[in-house]
Amino acid sequence: MDDAGTVIAFWVLSAATISSAAATAAVRNLIHAVVLLVVSFMGVAGLYITLSADFVAVTQILIYAGAISVLMVFAIVLTPRGERGNAEGFLRLPALLLAGLVAVTLIFVAVDTEWVISDRPGFQETASVIGEALLDRYVLPFEIASVLLLVAMLGAIVLVRPDSAMEDE
Amino acid sequence: MSVGLEHYLVVGAVLFAVGLYLALAKRNFVGVLMGIELMFNAVNLTFVSFSRFAESPNPLDGHVFVIFVITVSAAEAATALALAVLLYRVKDTISVDEIDMLRW
Amino acid sequence: MTEWYDFRDIGNAVGALLDQIRDWGAPDWVPYVAATLIGIVGILLWAVLSVLAFIWIERRVVGLMQNRIGPNRVGPQGLLQPVADAIKLLLKEAITTTNADRYMFWLAPILVFIPTIVVFAPIPFGEEMVLADLNVGVLFLIAIASINTLAVFIAGWSSNNKYALLGAMRTIAMLISYEIIQVLALLGVVLFVGSMRLGDIIGWQLDHDVWLIVLQPVAVLCYIIAGAVEMNRSPMDIAEAESEIVAGYHTEYGGIKFGFFYQAEYLAGFAITAVVVTLYLGGYTLFGLEQWVPGWLIFLGKLYGFFFTYIWFRGTLPRLRIDQLMAFAWKFLLPISILNVLLVGSEVLLWKEAGLESQLAIPLFAVINGAFAVAVVVGWATALGHSAPRHTAHRAILTQEVGAIFYGEAAPRP
Repeated sequence: MDDAGTVIAFWVLSAATISSAAATAAVRNLIHAVVLLVVSFMGVAGLYITLSADFVAVTQILIYAGAISVLMVFAIVLTPRGERGNAEGFLRLPALLLAGLVAVTLIFVAVDTEWVISDRPGFQETASVIGEALLDRYVLPFEIASVLLLVAMLGAIVLVRPDSAMEDE
Repeated sequence: MSVGLEHYLVVGAVLFAVGLYLALAKRNFVGVLMGIELMFNAVNLTFVSFSRFAESPNPLDGHVFVIFVITVSAAEAATALALAVLLYRVKDTISVDEIDMLRW
Repeated sequence: MTEWYDFRDIGNAVGALLDQIRDWGAPDWVPYVAATLIGIVGILLWAVLSVLAFIWIERRVVGLMQNRIGPNRVGPQGLLQPVADAIKLLLKEAITTTNADRYMFWLAPILVFIPTIVVFAPIPFGEEMVLADLNVGVLFLIAIASINTLAVFIAGWSSNNKYALLGAMRTIAMLISYEIIQVLALLGVVLFVGSMRLGDIIGWQLDHDVWLIVLQPVAVLCYIIAGAVEMNRSPMDIAEAESEIVAGYHTEYGGIKFGFFYQAEYLAGFAITAVVVTLYLGGYTLFGLEQWVPGWLIFLGKLYGFFFTYIWFRGTLPRLRIDQLMAFAWKFLLPISILNVLLVGSEVLLWKEAGLESQLAIPLFAVINGAFAVAVVVGWATALGHSAPRHTAHRAILTQEVGAIFYGEAAPRP
């Protein structure tokens, strides 16, 4: 992809995503960290659009920026005496070392391997093809995913229900 | 100057490393969850960039994978945060360093 | 004809301007960027001017409905009232409270304003007048509206005020419940048309000579109600009910920061109405009239006409409590939207498999869907226990005890 618009978009979006992800680790306030995480989610959605993955980009915004961030925020609000300083634990340095090693390994593998690149242009319309695939080849994971979501919903409700609701029959 | 598969894979690798650091080093439960979500995002980005660039008979299978990963991560985030709230009720803390006994 | 003065398509004028720029020898990317910038500035100007106009219109119309004159002091008939409001908001001091989280406090009004403008991007204002013709237009509209939830939370949290946080939490609970209903309502439309592009949906309505509102009464009802909630508008304006929660998540905001929230509320109203007009009411088409009348005039006429319905709601209906709202969403609207999707899916399947003619299929489906709408609304409401009340007041009869009212038979004479 070598037209100027895509290249500029890629560099700007990757810089925004990586810097906000690094800032999530660095800021000292948990709510700021969640907001910066949402910024990095939106950056990843932008990168999906440069890869002409329109349906996945919009789904990413809808679910990650719209719902999972709200979940995290609710967890923070429902735990008022929890610490909000976004501090690191005692595994700071080993984690940093391990993360650095993983990054170096993955980057080396990514740059050094000779991938089999095809020269087709970007996708025109992905939603209908994804829909057909979901009901054609991947129907079993689709149904299992729906059962999984149902179980997760029920589990979350049962876990946080106050116990007195079960006692006054 | 053109942008190819390697560029996206490098971005995905860096995001994955940052997510790994967050998941291992943060003391707060929500911080660990943020790291896990970042790792999921990095993996999704890698899937989508392979689906765009690599040779394949069904190129859009990468997108289908990403839809499933997003679904599963939403379910997992909901369950993890429900557990966090429940744990807070019992132990009055959400610091992962203090939850270190199998039964109390 | 495609002369630049053919205002049936403003793109003609813009196209002539871009050709002129190209003739002056600019590189290739300049006309592209210029077209986008003209589109963005045009939408922004139109949106802001519409908000200014509708501040006056809404207050006068609500005043008429409440049997009083609206604002009529500032300028002739009060027409300069929005200007006075704007000047007041601009000149008022935008206080940032001491313990508020400074960056997020400053960021929240902007984050509330951005989705309400971005939502206008995929909406076709005319034949070729769409800023970003997305293939996933319908899903984009919902995704951008879902960013509102985070913006509302940032506004409530950064105020460092427990009432603001409480109002923000209630608003978020409302917004996420009604998002699902919105998605399911719009899913019916996408099932009929077979595409998520907004231009395709309008084309389908033009080809089949029918507005989707007659084919989808349940979905339209659900979407109008869910849209009223997304706008934080009466009868669901829990966030702004001064008698309840001061001003909800925008308690601590003053001056131009409050101006952003105020404007974002009206813009969200226009956005939801634009979506209803595009998807259910035929968009910029009017059964072929758009060959003479400019399409964007038809679109704006429908938009403002339908927004009157929301003003009507505000002037007429009492405010709902938060638990009434949530019960209504989860227990009533969600089951009927799911039933609607089931019905629409089976209808589309029947249509495609049996190969019915459009002339036969569409009236048949309209009748079936209409009957289904009436049946499911009345039936489910009765099943939930909301049947007609047993005591109906016939006539209030004043008796010797002033104020006592007897229901049923006439009061006993002394």
